[in-house]
Amino acid sequence: MSTEKLELFEVFIRSKRGLDHRHVGSLHAEDHQQALEYARDCYTRRSEGVSLWVVKSADIVASQEDDAESFYDPMDDKPYRHATYYQLPKEVDNM
Amino acid sequence: MNTEDTADLEQAFQIRIDKEEKIEPKDWMPGEYRRNLIRQISQHAHSEVIGMQPEGNWLTRAPTLRRKAVLLAKVQDEGGHGLYLYSSAETLGVSRAEMIEALQSGKAKYASIFNYPTLSWADIGAIGWLVDGAAIVNQISLQRTSYGPYARAMVRICKEESFHQRQGYEIMLSLSRGNQAQREMAQDALNRWWWPSLMMFGPHDADSAHSAKSMRWKIKRETNDDLRQKFVDQSVPQIDVLKLEYPDPELKWNENRGHYDFGELDWDEFYAVIKGDGHCNRERIQHHVKAHEEGEWVRDALKAYDAKKKARHAA
Repeated sequence: MSTEKLELFEVFIRSKRGLDHRHVGSLHAEDHQQALEYARDCYTRRSEGVSLWVVKSADIVASQEDDAESFYDPMDDKPYRHATYYQLPKEVDNM
Repeated sequence: MNTEDTADLEQAFQIRIDKEEKIEPKDWMPGEYRRNLIRQISQHAHSEVIGMQPEGNWLTRAPTLRRKAVLLAKVQDEGGHGLYLYSSAETLGVSRAEMIEALQSGKAKYASIFNYPTLSWADIGAIGWLVDGAAIVNQISLQRTSYGPYARAMVRICKEESFHQRQGYEIMLSLSRGNQAQREMAQDALNRWWWPSLMMFGPHDADSAHSAKSMRWKIKRETNDDLRQKFVDQSVPQIDVLKLEYPDPELKWNENRGHYDFGELDWDEFYAVIKGDGHCNRERIQHHVKAHEEGEWVRDALKAYDAKKKARHAA
């Protein structure tokens, strides 16, 4: 069996309850169940997590960094979305 | 499942809560914990969304372009916060459509403060400063709530909300340092928004229907009265800086308690507004229904486009 025929899966681990799942890498597998077991074997050998997600890479839709300028425009010219933009007297500046 | 199994599960669940571990969507949880959370989170989400209306009322009449851009950014944030919260509630198995239906039929509540009208520009200052201020006190506490997705939404919201209160206070500061008419406008807004802001923390602990259980399950981390006191304590020095008069004659520092004392809230008003008899209850829901219905063609167009793409793909 050639690994090229296998699907690519992305692996996400929740390291601790309360935290988000974080992307850790990818692997090839036949199906979701096998991907989950491989992910356990590959990515949690040192108890790195309490919960695993596997997602078919083909199912991920990503924006391109090259397009960032036009894709995120015009977020950068809105400094008033940040708390530091507002100058307050020092007695109340901890607001 | 027999009752013995359920008892075991409930015990394991409570042990997890007591150890300060978060509950995550696929964990077993008591039905009442789930229902309690759905009620609280959806109510919180509805408040964010309905809260866009009183502020939206002043978007076209903001005094400067800068104030308009700021207000627009704030109202946009509130819509985003509603989305974070609806998604967090959806992890508990309730659908967006069910939640919207509950809001529009009056079955679900939202923060009663949004049923008060915004009569002057100063109200936009008072809302950012006091209403968002009170919401932040509550939400900081909820960052430690026991349900993981809710806690994470709170962290994100608190981070984004820090500018909301500051922009409101900045408006109050400008008005209170302005001419006589502007100072009066600021004072009037403070007087009208103060009490409803204190009511945002809900009934006294002794009268709160959901408090005891929510505390044991750590859905709520601090009691209504404790949070309300915290808000009063942080707000009084901020009134002093504005050089405005206290909206409550009983407001004064209590050396023994190490807190500010304040007058009793008008609970008849509180329950009347919750029941639907506030100034704007009907208007708020009517507007929500109208906006939802007017958006129908967009949802239809999305579905039609998706169907067309799929058909082309299949051909």
